[in-house]
Amino acid sequence: MLRTEQDVLRQDIVALADRLGRGRESLLPILQEVQRKYCTISDYAMQIIADELRIHPVEVYGVVTFYSFLDFRPKGRFVIRLCRTISCDMKEKNRVARQLENDLGIKFGQTTPDGKFTLEWANCIGMCDQGPAMLINEQVFTNVTPEGVHEILEGCRRVFGVHALERGGARR
Amino acid sequence: MKMRRSSKMNTLMGPLTFDDAKPEAGLRKSLELEPDDVLELMTESNLKGRGGAGFPTGAKWRLAAGADDEDKYVVCNADEGEPGTFKDRVLLAEYLDLVVEGMTIGAWAIGARHGVIYLRGEYSYLRSHLEAVLKRRREDNLLGCNIMGRLDFDFDVEVMMGAGAYVCGEETALIESMEGQRGEPRSRPPYPVTKGYLGHPTIINNVETFAWAACIIDRGAEWFREHGTQHSSGLKIFSVSGDCARPGVYEFPLGVTVEDVLREVGAPEAKAVQIGGAAGFTLPRSQFGRQIAYEDVPTGGSIIIFGKDRDMLKVAKNFLEFFADESCGQCTPCREGNRKLLEGIEMLERGECSMHYLRELCALGETMRLASKCGLGQTSPNPFLNTVEFFKDELIGRIDKTETD
Repeated sequence: MLRTEQDVLRQDIVALADRLGRGRESLLPILQEVQRKYCTISDYAMQIIADELRIHPVEVYGVVTFYSFLDFRPKGRFVIRLCRTISCDMKEKNRVARQLENDLGIKFGQTTPDGKFTLEWANCIGMCDQGPAMLINEQVFTNVTPEGVHEILEGCRRVFGVHALERGGARR
Repeated sequence: MKMRRSSKMNTLMGPLTFDDAKPEAGLRKSLELEPDDVLELMTESNLKGRGGAGFPTGAKWRLAAGADDEDKYVVCNADEGEPGTFKDRVLLAEYLDLVVEGMTIGAWAIGARHGVIYLRGEYSYLRSHLEAVLKRRREDNLLGCNIMGRLDFDFDVEVMMGAGAYVCGEETALIESMEGQRGEPRSRPPYPVTKGYLGHPTIINNVETFAWAACIIDRGAEWFREHGTQHSSGLKIFSVSGDCARPGVYEFPLGVTVEDVLREVGAPEAKAVQIGGAAGFTLPRSQFGRQIAYEDVPTGGSIIIFGKDRDMLKVAKNFLEFFADESCGQCTPCREGNRKLLEGIEMLERGECSMHYLRELCALGETMRLASKCGLGQTSPNPFLNTVEFFKDELIGRIDKTETD
């Protein structure tokens, strides 16, 4: 039988609510799982989550818009977050930023047309002694150089579709 | 004076005190004591909150212990978001057992059965490590039911993830976030020790505070008070970054002077130092003799060093961009004030700010300190006001250098 994308999303959310609970304190964990899997939290997803938790969808919207790791706009499969706070800034994060823009062909705040990469700024990610630092999904890259950007992006492209980076560990 | 650097990252000066801690010695001793005696020891040690606010840990625990409720919570604040702070990341990665041991001691002292580590979203790569350690501790009977054979002691810890909001490091905002709300700070009172997570008494302590608590129970309050000053007892872990030869994690006794720290980390030519992160204090050379302690220059552990060629206005601008972005927007002084200060800095940058307007901005900063609801707005004018106070000559009458970087 044909299953629409919306049906799949609904089933996923119901399963998440079954696993994580339907109390208000389960909202953030559910949203984080949806964001991880779908790279966005759509209006439809927010409505279903609200129904499952028996709260108003505006409550869900309010939470989604508050946290910078949640977004109702579609994000790329790889979200690159370059730290812009002072210690990384002093280690020439601007040069890394420029090269990321050059290699991806987008500006900060944008997603590549193929939906693979989103480029964003992050506030201090706690790698101040090893800057410039950036996160790609859950993996951290430190002492990033402008020349090194290309290889990092190629690494993402190579594993594209396998989602191998999503569970990646820390690189120190 | 003893100074140490983190063992695995930097080998130069030797291990931290935490490396010498005997596994579970603190927990074993505390379970031999009555909860009241544990509280007494904590109070005696004069340990103050290592996240930066410096509230006496013993007093906090005692308040929660005195609250009458079946359900109590122990929360470890691992939402380390202050710019320049990364010591909690190292502690979580390398000394997690000690941290959880401290949480368990806290649970015993206040009578809690539930624990939560609130881990910031940026550190989600640490989550699997946290879960693995918690699992092992459950298997070793250090968490779960009847811990170490005590039939009257059950305690377990779960991990909750943040989602990228600096303000959630504020304890009431952190509770809001744990409850699935926007991370907006609450009005206090009631304080979390009486009405915290889900309305139950909750102690919220920094990662490092729990680790020290475990050491104190093992070695005694006297040992802890041997270090530091009269009002700031003990040792402290620092995160050092910026223009220095040896950035990294350091351990110093509280009361250490800025000069001593700079000598140790290799920054003889520093022009200024930021102590306590973006919300902290910018100190020029003339102030390097000051002590890092709760009664002089307080800090959550962040030390950022600016070399002789740094433009202090750019530094202040970076901090204010941070605050303008991270303000939760709930109260007006913080939401609007940070934007106005940032606009002011941009005017200074272009060389368009009159002295009169600069005074207005400083007055606005004072208003924010007084009128903001939580610590974010109360401290966010600090970098601006300090820069105006100490580096005025750099700010006034600048020539606009059209976008050189």
